[in-house]
Amino acid sequence: MLITKSPETLIICEECDTVYRRRPLARGEVARCVCCGAQLDSHQRFGVNGVLALILTAMIMFLLANVWPVVTLGLNGQHSSATLWGTIIAMWQEQAQVVSVLAAMTLFFFPLAKMLSIGWLLWFARNGKRAPGFKQLLIGLHYFGPWTMSEVFVLGALVAIVKARVYFDVMAEPGIYAYAVLTLLITVFAGIDMRYLWNLKLRPWTMEHGP
Amino acid sequence: MSAPAKVQALPRASELGLIGCHVCGLVCRCPGADGGVAANACCPRCGCALHRRKPASYSRTWALLIAAFLMYLPANLLPIMRTASLNDIDDNTILTGVLELWTKGSPDLAVIVFTASILVPMLKFLVLGMLLISSQRQTGWARVQRAKLYRLVEFIGYWSMLDVFVVSLLTAMVRFSVLSRVEPLPGVIFFGLTVVLTMLASMSFDPRLIWDGRDTDD
Repeated sequence: MLITKSPETLIICEECDTVYRRRPLARGEVARCVCCGAQLDSHQRFGVNGVLALILTAMIMFLLANVWPVVTLGLNGQHSSATLWGTIIAMWQEQAQVVSVLAAMTLFFFPLAKMLSIGWLLWFARNGKRAPGFKQLLIGLHYFGPWTMSEVFVLGALVAIVKARVYFDVMAEPGIYAYAVLTLLITVFAGIDMRYLWNLKLRPWTMEHGP
Repeated sequence: MSAPAKVQALPRASELGLIGCHVCGLVCRCPGADGGVAANACCPRCGCALHRRKPASYSRTWALLIAAFLMYLPANLLPIMRTASLNDIDDNTILTGVLELWTKGSPDLAVIVFTASILVPMLKFLVLGMLLISSQRQTGWARVQRAKLYRLVEFIGYWSMLDVFVVSLLTAMVRFSVLSRVEPLPGVIFFGLTVVLTMLASMSFDPRLIWDGRDTDD
């Protein structure tokens, strides 16, 4: 098993196995496979610092979205609010533990783990260093990356509000706005492939110098 | 990537004795050419096992797809949600939920829910089944279109979770003791499992299989 002389010069289409020579892309350019049309590579609009800033924004929004209730219902003067964790706990108590675990994973733990690991990796990368656990975190991101569903939850909240509006007084709470902003950020993130970190020339992390 | 005159002239990794790591994308040279990859070959950069194709792609995808379909039947036949108030109890299935949204709420959202909970899972079963059968027969038919369909299924797959989250949210919100309550019913569990299983199925399908054997066919 050998690495080719300079592995970064070649790129293999992930969907049809066609081999290309990599070339630098200009702003806004996207390289597509001529054979199957899959995206090969795209220009990274945000540098390491830019993505780090986006991640920090997303983390703040995620915190707010989880602290504030998403929606409040009113019926004859009684009020009832729902937060994300209230939802997860309610499903657990109502004998739907499978759904409860699914929601906890795809709406809380995986998004949180994703943001924390990207933030951790970039915090070191901006100083030209490989973060401790670099390999494991990037491999982890590859596997749990597709299992984050916050944007589906936002649409779900919208549908739930419309359904509940027939019988109750519905008040949108700040949580739903935080979720809306989070969804916008997620859309921006969808265009960023963290695997470019593998190709950066990063020095190994050492205890003496810190991050 | 300048467009070459002939698409067929483009080299494939397996012909060049190259292999791309499925996790980190590193291009590795594999001495055991022609399909043979050492059983324990690992990517020198990330340490993950190297494969030319996702391992046991056909059997895994078939198994997951069939399991998903078996979950899909109770997901649609059983009620997913119970709305209880002082004078009546109403059990909703996915379809009646859509109908109620259409008549009482907003028709546009009804279309979105219908797409996410009924159309998308059906589309996934049909598309993945078709991709599996056509790739196993190594047909050269409509390869570009099939590749596009696969990307579509990968992209829209997780939006089917919509109804599961709607039921969860309503359960958490509508808790007015005896006056009005919403409870989840078993259908929603089956539906959640259907979505997870179809996502796993589309992940374990290897789109490279669509293009395998193209030299003999063209």
